[in-house]
Amino acid sequence: MSHVSLKKIGFRYDETRVLGDISFEVQKGEFFGIIGPNGSGKTTLLRIIDKILVPCEGSVKIGETDLYKIKRNDLAKIVGVVSQDFPPLFPFTAHEIVMMGRSPHLGKLKFEGKGDLDIVKRAMEMTDIFPLAGRPFGELSGGEMQRVLIARALAQRPEIILLDESTAHLDIKHQIDFLNLMRNLNREEGLTVIAVTHDINLSSLYCDRILLLSRGTVHSMGTPGEVIRESSIEEVYETKVLVDKNPKNGVPRVTLLASESRDYSRF
Amino acid sequence: MNRSIVTLSRVVRVSLVLALVFFVSVILSLLMGAADIGVIQGLRGLLWGWYEGSTLLTDSEKAILFSVRLPRILFAAIVGASLSSAGVVFQGLLRNPLAEPFILGVSGGAAVGAIAGILLGITALPFGLPLLAFLGSAVTVILVFVVGKGKSGINSHTLLLAGVIINAFFSAIIMFLISISSRADLHTITFWLMGDLSLACSLEIVTAGVFLVVSFLIIYAYARPLNLIVGGEETAMQLGVNVEQAKIVLFLAGSLMTAVAVSFAGIIGFVGLIVPHMMRMLLGPDHRLLMPASFLFGATFLVVADTIARVMIPHAELPVGVVTALCGAPYFIYLLKTRMA
Repeated sequence: MSHVSLKKIGFRYDETRVLGDISFEVQKGEFFGIIGPNGSGKTTLLRIIDKILVPCEGSVKIGETDLYKIKRNDLAKIVGVVSQDFPPLFPFTAHEIVMMGRSPHLGKLKFEGKGDLDIVKRAMEMTDIFPLAGRPFGELSGGEMQRVLIARALAQRPEIILLDESTAHLDIKHQIDFLNLMRNLNREEGLTVIAVTHDINLSSLYCDRILLLSRGTVHSMGTPGEVIRESSIEEVYETKVLVDKNPKNGVPRVTLLASESRDYSRF
Repeated sequence: MNRSIVTLSRVVRVSLVLALVFFVSVILSLLMGAADIGVIQGLRGLLWGWYEGSTLLTDSEKAILFSVRLPRILFAAIVGASLSSAGVVFQGLLRNPLAEPFILGVSGGAAVGAIAGILLGITALPFGLPLLAFLGSAVTVILVFVVGKGKSGINSHTLLLAGVIINAFFSAIIMFLISISSRADLHTITFWLMGDLSLACSLEIVTAGVFLVVSFLIIYAYARPLNLIVGGEETAMQLGVNVEQAKIVLFLAGSLMTAVAVSFAGIIGFVGLIVPHMMRMLLGPDHRLLMPASFLFGATFLVVADTIARVMIPHAELPVGVVTALCGAPYFIYLLKTRMA
């Protein structure tokens, strides 16, 4: 069953076309990656799925329902987002930030109950941030902040989670911990994951399917083996790379080459 | 965890404590003043001699306590609560710790209205001055909104800039009006500009109180959304908040509170800036607790400040705005210095 489907999406910022004619479907319980160079429209695409931006053409469906017929508060119960965030101005603690993830599930004047606190606690344990609970969010390191925001999205108990460069600030242990966690939730609880990332190798390791964006259009889409090929990566990223197979599990592996892709001798 | 999370029972407990502090400050304030009633005599009177026909207090003592001091204290409380609650809203909404209720120009608009009223001799009419001041601030709020609203909704930064500019524009008009006014009017104008709590009659107090309660209930309904908005508007949307609607409601309710307070009491500065900061440092940034705490402590703060204004210089009275600014400015410098470190 398709969980998220986009049909012929086009988007412009003023006059500049950012996305054009994008169509794809993400199945329920799929781990779906979106890769592409800077400015290829990855984050814009994610913000469209989360109803922050409204496309000028095309339609988006969550399950069977048109995205624009879903109330924002109801959407927040279905879709969770881990984005690149700024720390809030006032000194909320990590615990309070994670607790905000329960907000869509609470009635207007309700306070978090025992059930909510349990969910929050579990989310913090899963992301290894329970010891940070009482610390002000703004005083945490980049990686710790990232994990707090991941915990907040988990506390939302979403069916679909959107990851926007969510491993960018994490060290390799926490990258793998986090992606393993995502994969477990994905495999065991049917969480649909849509991950925008710069890390082609991580997406190759974890994603069922990958969409490669190039200048706002779909370059190719398919399993990692189908999409991550030397020719297409070099064409889209305009960089020389070596693609071979990971000796452990056979998925494509990209190695960067320090070749002289440009001539700087004039400077 | 070094700070307990906000629960309903914590909100109730903190509110009760602050309400008690408020109550004590009201009693103390009642007992102080130019007319020499004596603390013991006054306290006995308050406890057992307040009813009709009691001989514990003389008629004039009763009149001073219940017809002069009490209304003024209540009025100070209402104005303090309004400005502090509005301060919380504006600081959160604009995500700016320097924001205060007057930042969007409500005070400037009110002042132009009030000064025009004084120059036209409208002060003799009941509600004349507050009505004109309110009109002035309402016009300002609409103006700031029209300027600050872009095609993608209200932008907080634009709104802030619009407020600053409109305030500056009104300052010029105020200067102009002052420069052409007579000596007698000048005194009234100056007192109004410095904030004066001695003007209110009981009908006005009730009016201001009703506005305060209604707008506070409205902003409290948006306490949790405001928490999320402080963390960024896009984040708030992702967590299910209808941000545009929340911003409009909060801006309007906050402006209404401010406009009513300013219209009746003039420009009393610093309350709306400092009280939210004090409460936030003490209790944390969660608006579900911060709002009622600022409401109650704001009331206490202004009652105390006005008492000081009444008794500091024998047989004279300071405008309360002078007291709040005299206490407020050094405190704010302290706040800035310690926060920077």
